[in-house]
Formats: sequence, structure tokens, C-alpha cells
Amino acid sequence: MTAANPLLQVQGLTKRYGDRIGCAGVSFDLYPGEVIGVVGESGSGKTTLLNCLSAQLEPSEGSVIYDSRSKGPLELYSLSEAERRLLLRSEWGLVRQNPRDGLRMGVSAGANVGERMMAVGARHYGEIRGRAGHWLQQLEIDAERIDDRPATFSGGMQQRLQIARNLVTEPRLVFMDEPTGGLDVSVQARLLDLLRGLVRDLGLACILVTHDLGVVRLLSHRLLVMQKGRVVEQGLTDQVLDDPQHPYSQMLVSSILPV
Amino acid sequence: MTAASRLSEQGYTYAYLDEQTKRMIRRALLKAVAIPGYQVPFGSREMPMPYGWGTGGVQVTAAIIGPSDVLKVIDQGADDTTNAVSIRKFFAATAEVATTTATERASIVQTRHRVPETPLQEGQILVLQVPIPEPLRWLEARESETRKMHALEEYGVMHVSLYEDLARFGRIAKTYDYPVLVEGRYLMRPSPIPKFDNPKLDKSPALMLFGAGRERRIYALPPYTRVESLAFEDHPFEVETWEQCCALCGATDSFLDEVIMDDRGGRMFTCSDTDYCNQRQAAQGKPNPDTLGGKA
Amino acid sequence: MDVLLRIQGLAKSFTLHTQGGVRIQALAHLDLEVSAGDCLALVGSSGAGKSSLLRCLTGNYLPDGGSIRVRHDDDWIELVGAKPQTVLELRRRTIGYVSQFLRVIPRIPTLDLVIEPAVAGGAGRPEAEARARRLLQHLNLPERLWSLAPATFSGGEQQRVNIARAFAHPYPLLLLDEPTASLDAENRKAVIDLIEDARRKGAAIVGIFHDAETRSAVATREISLVEGRAAA
Repeated sequence: MTAANPLLQVQGLTKRYGDRIGCAGVSFDLYPGEVIGVVGESGSGKTTLLNCLSAQLEPSEGSVIYDSRSKGPLELYSLSEAERRLLLRSEWGLVRQNPRDGLRMGVSAGANVGERMMAVGARHYGEIRGRAGHWLQQLEIDAERIDDRPATFSGGMQQRLQIARNLVTEPRLVFMDEPTGGLDVSVQARLLDLLRGLVRDLGLACILVTHDLGVVRLLSHRLLVMQKGRVVEQGLTDQVLDDPQHPYSQMLVSSILPV
Repeated sequence: MTAASRLSEQGYTYAYLDEQTKRMIRRALLKAVAIPGYQVPFGSREMPMPYGWGTGGVQVTAAIIGPSDVLKVIDQGADDTTNAVSIRKFFAATAEVATTTATERASIVQTRHRVPETPLQEGQILVLQVPIPEPLRWLEARESETRKMHALEEYGVMHVSLYEDLARFGRIAKTYDYPVLVEGRYLMRPSPIPKFDNPKLDKSPALMLFGAGRERRIYALPPYTRVESLAFEDHPFEVETWEQCCALCGATDSFLDEVIMDDRGGRMFTCSDTDYCNQRQAAQGKPNPDTLGGKA
Repeated sequence: MDVLLRIQGLAKSFTLHTQGGVRIQALAHLDLEVSAGDCLALVGSSGAGKSSLLRCLTGNYLPDGGSIRVRHDDDWIELVGAKPQTVLELRRRTIGYVSQFLRVIPRIPTLDLVIEPAVAGGAGRPEAEARARRLLQHLNLPERLWSLAPATFSGGEQQRVNIARAFAHPYPLLLLDEPTASLDAENRKAVIDLIEDARRKGAAIVGIFHDAETRSAVATREISLVEGRAAA
């Protein structure tokens, strides 16, 4: 029924660290505009999987095929490193848990947002600045703060700035690693709302790694539950959360403290 | 008796460096010329001078100089500063070459922080002393990463620093060591020459060699290489201009130094390039205040 | 009659791994057909499997076996074992569902919440907004609340937002889990009118109605569930 081709096709993805397993035998398809949540406790292989998917960590086995805007389907790990890095700064976005890891703290907010445009060849200062201002506003950051450094921003603002920086090149696929991790609850809610609206309005596909089931309930269409490097259950988000099948998923769901 | 055998009796090889080292540097130079703007690592030697005084430039000069060369050495445009005088004497002693202050007579010009005003010609070589060769250094601290950025032509971040200047000062505040793109490929630091000199690098008929002693890198611009100063479409690259002309020779087209005359705010502007200024003054019939003639 | 939903041999059980692997059979051997213009009321005691059935029909619960086929445009779509994308597509245009609780999404104004399913179902923004306004008006939700997020609303107000969402798009198949639970008589009447209107326009409706008054007002048929099976 889904007419479009998958944006990402993952087959048998495995990453070993010597004898230890980072992730093993992960397979799934991600469609345009779809958000997949990856949940599991710390050490379950979520971040390893995310790194393998986002071309940052070469898997031991398996394939990741990305349907690129310009060249059609590409097997990630048969691309040159240059092509992979180009994808990361043009068609993809990467939002890290700690905004300090994803931002350039020494330069202004505008330069942070503008960097990705300049990285793909934008050379008109006025246009770069105009678009940077637009994206700051999209992420509810006052345009007057365009020349302030991120160090003067609150944690929530820094995270929104990181997202603006990623969205400015209109990526089709965004990887998020615990995007609401370090934020307090009210700031989280605002960010989640914003993300929910942006994902829908821009038709973004997302892979969202988190251990917060509330976050995936709100944002993701589908869920992968990981345990010890393997996907033990996958399905519609509300189905997995309301009718979990695997013992580990049931344990995860039943561990949420009621509010 | 040849120069080399005379020198070896004094315990020195020709041009101070041993032959193997000179060969090694020449190999690095050949590679640098073959890949314009690319930083070639080389085994920099201890020189009888401290880092920061031009050890990179001296090693490059030592590797290319021969008895028939005529050497000019300048520091910030001047032939008569300690650094310039010392290096000139060094090669006069160790390589037994003729020296000059006249740009057009030199076959090799070693320079710190300036490109002479007199246009360079085919057959001339300009050797520039480089403190920090890596243009991305202040933006990315990891050498492994900057090398990768060069390899993959990921230069967007350089424009981030220019953007930041425009956002904060309304103009690109960088006035020296202004980054350039070589033949549309490698990002390069032109060494701390004023950006006024950047256009002189573009399609210069002379060969330009860059040596960084402490950082152990050599890079080069072969003659007629395209060298483009980075800028934005709506904020094009511009060089400095002065309202004054040179107080000594009246030049309006040269890079001017501001000289403080007294404690009451008195000052004057004069050419930074002393040879250019002296030649203009001589042509105007003014007595040459500079007694430095050079041997040639 | 135009059949829109066909259930055959549906079975659903829960295995509670966190509680020693206890197995609970929620539904078994269930056969049902619902046609356009039908309003089927599920009756039975608490735990008889009424809510589980509705949740299976919306794809929220994963059946063990059997078949749930839904008319989607001119196709019959099998819901048991369907891909998540298929379920989402059905929910977008074909299956409407009112649960007993509104999952509150922080910060989104009530009006936008009701516009959302209409737009997802294919309506243009102006039309969706007009429809949302009509619905909220009909359900007596004071206009001053429309621009607020329903997080702080009373139970009855939240429930009406929930109902408005389910009627914002003309879903051919409507699943209603105690839609009038926390409503007073006046609002109950408003909801009954909506259900009746949808049914007359050709929707197939399956619902759980706790009060006999609502049930008799809207239901065209009843089926009694006992321990997950249709009672004779």
C-alpha cells in the first residue's frame, strides 16, 4: 500500500567488537516521512546501531541501502568516505544528545546554522543569514539572538539550535540520539512538540534512539525494541507499547512509573 | 678551489645542510609543486636559529640555492632588519652567493610576511617563511581531521569564520594570512602576508615556495597558478587602501606602514617595501638615505 | 447490504511474561460482519473482551490468529499480520477510533488537534478547520477553550475533544469505546446525534456503550461477549 520506495533498507546489520556483539542481525525498512523509534536499556546496542546506520561506524556484516535524492539507491559502505560524509551534511541530519557535541560553541548561532549551507556551497552572506534567521524562528529561537554564541543559551535552546542547524539543508533523514536526554521535563515537552510538528510538516524520516518510551509514543510511528544487540520486537508504536509480545518488551513497558 | 671544497675545510657543507637533507627537501618541494597548495610533510632539521625566525624558509632556500644565484632577503618588506640581514649573511657565508636588495635582480627572494611590490618575473623564486601552515587549525584542532578535510575538500568551515567576522564586525576582519583556494582545490594559508599581497599570488610568473620549520610542512605555488581569496558573493574580497600616499616616495600603490614619530600623535605612512621606496626616491632624484647596497 | 468489516475466527490472548507466563484468553473463535449503516453494540461484563476486540480492530492489539478484513476504498485489506504502514494508512482514512482516554499531546491547541485527523484524511485546511469548528460547537465545548491545549481540561471536556477528533474525518468504520462515559445528559445527546448522523451516512460502527439509554438510541444490533466468545 505504501507506494514510495523505502528510504533506508537495512539487512542483517551486525557489528562485533572482537568477541562482543554491538548489534546483530538487524533488518528493517524505513519509508519516507516515517519515524522509527529504537528503544532498549543502556548497552542494548541502540547507539551502535545508530552509528552503523548513519555511516559513522562500519558494520561487520550486513548492508544499509539509502535511496538518495540525487543518485538513487546507494549501498552506504561501498561509498567512499567522502560521499558518506557528504550525505551526512546534505541529505541527512544528526542530532546528538549533548548539544555541545553537535554545535560549534565558539561561533554565533547564525554561523552554527549557516555552516551546513556553506558546507554544501552557499556563498551569499545575505542569503545564508536570512535562512539561518528563518530556521532559528522555526525552532522558536528569537531571531535577535542570531549573533549570540550558543554558550549563552539554555540547554533547551542549545538543543533547538542543534536541530535548526541540521534542518537548514532540508535533510530527508534525521538521526537523533536521545534528543531530549539532558533536558528537564517542561523543556522536553516543548521540544517534542516542535519535533512532532516539524517531522510532519517537512515529511522527515527519522531514526530516534531513546530509552524514554514517552518520547517514542509521541514521535514515532514504529518501534524497534533492542536487547543485547538484537531487535527482539518491532511493530507499530502503540501496538508494541500497549500489547508487547516479547518478555523484555513487557518488562520495559511495565517498568514505566505512572504519573 | 670550489665553494664547496672551501666550505668543507671549515667543517660545513654547501648551504649549511648536508646533501641528504637537501635531497629530501627537494623531493618534498617537487611533490609540493606537483600538487599546488598541498602541505607536504618533511623532516625539518635543527637550524642555527630559533623557530619563528624563518627556519622553514631557510631550509627551502638552502635546498634550492646554487653559486650562480642572487639572493634577496626581506622581513616585513625591509631589507635592513636583523632577521633579513642575518639570513642574507648566513647564505653569503655558507653558499657564497651574491646578495642584493633589488627585487628585479634577485633569482631567489626569501621573505617573511610580505610579497615585494615590484612584480616578480619568470625564473624568480619567492621563498616564504610560514609559522602555521594549516588554514583550518583554529577551526579544527585535530590534525587527523584537518587532513581528512583537505582530502575531501570539506572547506565550508573556513567560510564559517568569515561569516562570523561579517556578523560581528560588518566586514571580514582578517587582514593578514587571509585564506586562499589554490587552483580551485586546496585551501591554503598564504603565510602572514597582508591580504594586500594576496592578488600578487594569483597567476604569478614566479615560483612560490612555502616552508614551515617548526610544523614541518612545505607547500608551493607553481608559476601561473590560480589563487583565489575566499569571500562571499555579496561581500567580495577587497584589499586595504590608504588615504595617504608614502611620505618618502609618494607611492599610492604600495602597502604602507604607519610610523609613530613622537609622543604627541605625530605619525607618517611609508612604504613597507624599502627597496621599492628607495628605487622610487632615486628615480625622483632624492638622495638615497639607505647605504645598504648589497654585494651585487 | 454493503459489508465493510468481516471478522473470522479471531483469537487474541495475552501471555504475561512478567507474571510467570500466565496466559489470558481474551477472544476466541469470533466471527462478525458489520455493514454500512450498522451500529453494532458490544455487550458483556467487564473482562468479556469488548475493549480487546475494538483494539484488535484498530490494530492496537496483535491478534493470535483469524482474520479481520476491512474495506478500504474498493479493496479488502487483511488487518491480521498487516504491515505497520498498512495499519497507519487504514487509520488515516478508514478506521476511526475513540478510546476512553485522550492521549494528551502537550502544547497543541484543541482546534488544531481536531483539524489534524481531517487534514490527514485528505481534507484541505480551510474545510478541515470549518469542520472542526462545527464539531466543537456541536459538542458544546466553549470557544474560549479552543486555543488551549486540553491538558488541563476536565475529563468530560477531554472526552469531547477525543470524540471530535474521531468525527473530523468521515471514517467508513468507527470504533467507539465508551464514548459517552464521562458526559452529562446534554452532551450525551450531542454525541448520540453525531453517531446517528454518521451511521445514516453509511458508516459501519462498532461500539461499547455503558449506559442502556445511549445503547438503545444508537445500536441497530447487539452482540453479547462471554469470555471472549460470542454468546448465542
